[in-house]
Parts: sequence; structure tokens; C-alpha cells
Amino acid sequence: MTTNLIAVVASLAIFVFVFDLLRRGVLKEKYAVLWLIVAGVGFIFSIVPGALDWIGVRLGIGAPVNLLFFVMGVVLVLVSVQLSYELSRHEARIRRLAEEVALIRQNLQSSSKSAPLDQSADESEAHRGDE
Amino acid sequence: MAPIPPRTLIAIPAWNEQESIHEVVDKVRNHQPGVDVLVVNDGSTDATAEHALDAGAIVVSLPFNVGVGGAMRTAFLYAKRHRYRALVQVDADGQHDPADLSDLITGLQDADIVVGTRFHENSMYFVGGPRKWAMVLLSKTLSKMNRGRISDPTSGFRSAGPRAIDLFSTNYPAEYLGDTVGSLSIAIRHGLTIHETPVTMYYRAIGRPSKNALWSALYLGRATLALIATVFAKSNAGKGDEA
Repeated sequence: MTTNLIAVVASLAIFVFVFDLLRRGVLKEKYAVLWLIVAGVGFIFSIVPGALDWIGVRLGIGAPVNLLFFVMGVVLVLVSVQLSYELSRHEARIRRLAEEVALIRQNLQSSSKSAPLDQSADESEAHRGDE
Repeated sequence: MAPIPPRTLIAIPAWNEQESIHEVVDKVRNHQPGVDVLVVNDGSTDATAEHALDAGAIVVSLPFNVGVGGAMRTAFLYAKRHRYRALVQVDADGQHDPADLSDLITGLQDADIVVGTRFHENSMYFVGGPRKWAMVLLSKTLSKMNRGRISDPTSGFRSAGPRAIDLFSTNYPAEYLGDTVGSLSIAIRHGLTIHETPVTMYYRAIGRPSKNALWSALYLGRATLALIATVFAKSNAGKGDEA
């Protein structure tokens, strides 16, 4: 029963911690929700130890703990991939902004002698935000 | 009334090239007196921007280094917004001979993109080992897609006409080899025509061939991955049109 107690405390701690981050606006909902689900599922399995065995038997897994490790592994990989995705998107957006900043700066410096901007060009680029 | 801007832009992406940039800009202007020269200063930490301005170039300075792909997209954006009809990309290290500029510009009368190839009868340019295999692989694949020979798809000495400027101002890959191989692939898939013309390559700049076998193997690997990604790439422009 002691291990169960540790699991209950740990999942509750994660829940409270993530919720606090969310409350203070440090963490955005789309990331917080995922961790809250992880904590919630962990909490359910720690107060109902039989649940893990029950699922393990249905799936034909000898040691139910392996199921836990497997699911945790998959969840962590998925979260990592999601973070890589978000990172790539941000890199693309920051690069786009850098290009825009460079062009605007040049345009400011030479505004007196430069040709007027092609406004129609700007509209077609507006769609590129979700690259 | 604002003056009508000249129609050809020479774009030079430059990252810490203060030693050579002034001379390169001078040479380009001597060979093509009518054109504007744009130096895209790609987050240089040296005096590249000042030297380019001194030489009379238009300078666009990126706040940090984004790589050749990002620098070229900036150049294409500039070209589109200022209504240039042709853009020629030239390297900042002086390896390209400005005498070839007129061939690249006149070639645009029959094509949307003209690539300056370093592989031809009179060329002094040779590569070997895995680097060569990679180039042959890239060349064969792109030539097949293009239904016309592209013998040197990694060449950074090339020109783009109005249709290519339109396309590349919104859709220019920034990944490894994306600025060269990837951009050609995108152009082919958007139905642009690509020709090539022989160019001279100065040895000074290419006198640093990768002797290291590991490095060459890495190049081959990255080139292959870049090619695969390129062939299966989803068009960003298409996505934008649907939005």
C-alpha cells in the first residue's frame, strides 16, 4: 500500500503543480491539458490498483507494470514530437519575422529614395503564418 | 513621382564576407552598370554591411544568421515588392565570374530560371568521392523531374524571372540544400522552365574541398535526405492559396 500512497501523492503533486502554472498564465492550456490528463490517469491507476491488472490481463500482458511503462513511454515520445513540431513552427515564424524586420529596416533607411511598395505582394504573404 | 525601378536585381547573400564583398559588388557593377545590387547581410558580426554600402549596394541586414535559404527568400521578397523582373544570385566570396551575368540574364528570355553550371568542357571544376555521387544523384533526379538537363543543381549562381520571383517570394525552402536543390524542385512542380548555362568557377573559393571521408559521407547522407524531403515535399504556396 505504501507504493500506492506514493503514486497518489505524486500524481496529485503533478496535477497541482501544472494547474498552478496554468493559473499563473505561465503554461498555455494546450500544453497544460496534456499533462493534466497524464496526472489524472496516473491518479486513477494509483487509487484503483486493480485497474492496471484488469487491463493488463485483457491485453494479454503478463506483468501489468510493463503496460504502465509502455504507455508512459508512448506518451513521452508523443509529447516530445509535439514539442519538436512547435519548435520547428516557431523557428520558421521567427525567421519570417527576421526577414520582415530586415526589409522594413532597409525601407526606413532609404524611404526617401526608394520605390513605393507593392501592396498586393503583402496580401499574398499574409497566409504564410502557418508554414 | 517615384522613378520606375530598374528591372534586374543582383542578389548577394553574405555572411561575414568583409574581405571580399566590396570587390564582388564593384565587379558586378562594372559588368552590369544598369542593375541594382542587393546585399543580404545574413547576421554578419563583421563589417560586411558597411563595406557593401561603401561599394554602392542596397543592404538588407537580417538581425541574426538564418542561412542562405532565408537570405535568398528575403532577396526574393525585396525583388517582388520593388517589382523587379529578374533576379540573379551571386556568391559573396568571389567564386562567381560576373562576366557570366549577361548569359544568366539573357537566358531568362526562354526560361523562368537559368542555372549556371560548373560542369562543362572548359570547366576547371572537379569533384570526386561521395560528394560527386551526391551531385550525380541530385542532378539525375532533378533532370528527370525537369525533363531537361540540370547538371549542377547545387550551383548558387543562377537567375530567376518574374514567375520565379513570384513563386520564391512566398515559397523558398530554408533547409539544408533547400536553397539550391529544393528551390529547383519547387519550381519544377509549379511548372516553371529551367535551363542551364556554363559558368566559370574561380578556384580560390572552392579550394577547400572536403578531404575528410567522414565529412563527405555526411554530405552524401544529408544530400540524399534533402532530396527525398524535396521530392515528397508539400507545397507551402498551395496551402496559402487555399487559406
